[in-house]
Amino acid sequence: MNIVFYSLQQLVNALSIGSLYALMAVGLAMVFSILRLINFAHGDLIMVAAYFAAFALLAKLPLGVTILLMIGGAVLVGLLMERVAYRPIRGAPDVAALLTSFAVGQILQNGTLLVTRLMQKPNPLAFPVIGALSGVFTFGAITIPRVNVVSLGLGIVLLVLLSLFVTRTDLGLSMRAAAEDLPAARLMGIDTNRVIATAFGIGSGLAAVAGLLFAVQAGQLTPYMGFTPVLKAFIAAVIGGFGSISGAIVGGYALGGLEVLLTAIPGIGDILPPNMVSPGVQAWLKQWLPSSLTSYRDAFVFVVLILVLLFRPNGIVGRREREEMG
Amino acid sequence: MNLPTQERILERAAGPGVAVLALGLLLIILQAAGLAFWQGFVINIGIFLILVLSLNLSNGFTGVFSLGHIGFMALGAYTSAILTLPLHEKQEYLPNLPTWLAGTHFDFRLGSFPVGFLAATLIAALLVSLVALLVGLVLMRLSGHFVAVATLGFLVIIRVLLFNADNLTRGSRTFSNVTPYTNLWWVWAWALLTIYIVWRVKQSPMGRAMYAQREDRWSAQSIGIEVMPPRLFAFVVSAFFTAVAGSLYAHFITSFSPTVFYFDLTFKVITMLVVGGMGSVSGSIVGTVLIVGLSEALRRIEDPTQLYGISGIVLAVLFILIIIFRRDGLLGQREIALDRLFMKGGGTGGEPYITNAD
Repeated sequence: MNIVFYSLQQLVNALSIGSLYALMAVGLAMVFSILRLINFAHGDLIMVAAYFAAFALLAKLPLGVTILLMIGGAVLVGLLMERVAYRPIRGAPDVAALLTSFAVGQILQNGTLLVTRLMQKPNPLAFPVIGALSGVFTFGAITIPRVNVVSLGLGIVLLVLLSLFVTRTDLGLSMRAAAEDLPAARLMGIDTNRVIATAFGIGSGLAAVAGLLFAVQAGQLTPYMGFTPVLKAFIAAVIGGFGSISGAIVGGYALGGLEVLLTAIPGIGDILPPNMVSPGVQAWLKQWLPSSLTSYRDAFVFVVLILVLLFRPNGIVGRREREEMG
Repeated sequence: MNLPTQERILERAAGPGVAVLALGLLLIILQAAGLAFWQGFVINIGIFLILVLSLNLSNGFTGVFSLGHIGFMALGAYTSAILTLPLHEKQEYLPNLPTWLAGTHFDFRLGSFPVGFLAATLIAALLVSLVALLVGLVLMRLSGHFVAVATLGFLVIIRVLLFNADNLTRGSRTFSNVTPYTNLWWVWAWALLTIYIVWRVKQSPMGRAMYAQREDRWSAQSIGIEVMPPRLFAFVVSAFFTAVAGSLYAHFITSFSPTVFYFDLTFKVITMLVVGGMGSVSGSIVGTVLIVGLSEALRRIEDPTQLYGISGIVLAVLFILIIIFRRDGLLGQREIALDRLFMKGGGTGGEPYITNAD
């Protein structure tokens, strides 16, 4: 294959997976910036949203209704978890809050397991095919799955809308004020409960969209499918600079790029056109970057996470933190 | 302050002594009665107890919350299992082992006592301690939830490595036919040793340093208590015992795959720790017995009704309730002072225990 087309195709892949990570990471970042809570149940929210969508589609509801139900359901679950589990422990030590979010995640996972069991659905559940999202686009020599293109486009549109919301509306400004200093925001008359609920609501809605796209790509659902995405979203948020929405977006795309690089570079010796590099280099590439390295991708990604935590804890766009982490 | 006279030492030893005797009696009865289910149950409690106590040493005492310990357990399980696997099994199941490993079989016995199992467990645990030292040198610099997530990253990395190291671990396929060495006596001997060591660490200057840097690292540093040594010490010792638990586990269930050693198990051990109380040795014992018992009871409901998920929900709800209403767990940092059980005068001469639960 022509190396230029190959690179272009990988670029689109990077941007599309990056959009998904960004959509998931902003929810984490919004909640973290206000409450200093790493909400690991965010991943299970993605899973729950995907199940809502699957059940709606299996009930032969039209796509528009399905999406509305899915987003509505996810927002409801997100608000519920904030009200029931996170509000009572507001102000608790960081780790206690983190552990609570694990417990909330366990409830969502096991609850989903129980519900699918009661509805006598198989596990894993095959995700119904959505016509609008299946198939490929072909541009000249490159073919790109349609769902990737939709992820990219939808991701950009939603993230722009989110930026407008945060910068141009009163509620958005209140949210940024709360992220800056929660007690001070309360003293200024901001209804912090409302702001926090908004952060959870918006984060859940975006996670739901990401969940649908993620499920279409994965093709099947299990109650445990949320774990990897939330880890990735978290890494994205940390790489970008935890606690800022723009950081989460930048981090999402950076992580998407990193992952695609880690997938594309091993084995590159096999696909380079014959005369592009000298045979010596090609042999070196084949020996030291074999395609089998791809299966270590997640390990590399986490090594990057740990390096970022150690050497650049404020991320790419993070502001100088008031408090230090060490 | 009273000097510990011979008499007082005896008084203090009486409580723990009675407890150990009672445990021994229970184990003998179980062994003699041959109740397979209850034997398995008590073995399970012992293995989890070692895991929870180790986690307590690292997470509870130092406040540096690691989510990666189950990775140490996995390394311990695989290392010791490879060492004790009989040669013909190795040829069949792990044909691509490096030659020096392929020819190694830890089946030495002293009379009928399997020294090889002990040696394999110790080698695995020491190796894992070394890994923990290297990892700790890097990660113990972080704190709060950042260390939690970094160690979670360690767990994921170990999982990826186990899945990919086909030649050593069979990758995603089940590692089976491990010799079933583990029994009541092995588990509880190790568990008692763990209790003793963790207890001694808690009372030692090193233990006090762990508490000090946890409560206020700046104050601690200003009076000359460094942050890294106590953190590293706790991390390495706890990794050692976690690996021991891994070895015991491997030789108990005899077949396993990398999926076992992941987040569900991590969360279960953390639940036991938090329910019992971080920083309390007796709390770990209470938490472990309670949660292992509860999960077993819930499994009895799940199995016949096929309503899988109930136990997970109940345990998670319990966990959240504990965090909301009793954040320090059932015992906080307090201890059930067995050593004062038989002390005259209510044991007023004993050391004051730490009660700075915040």
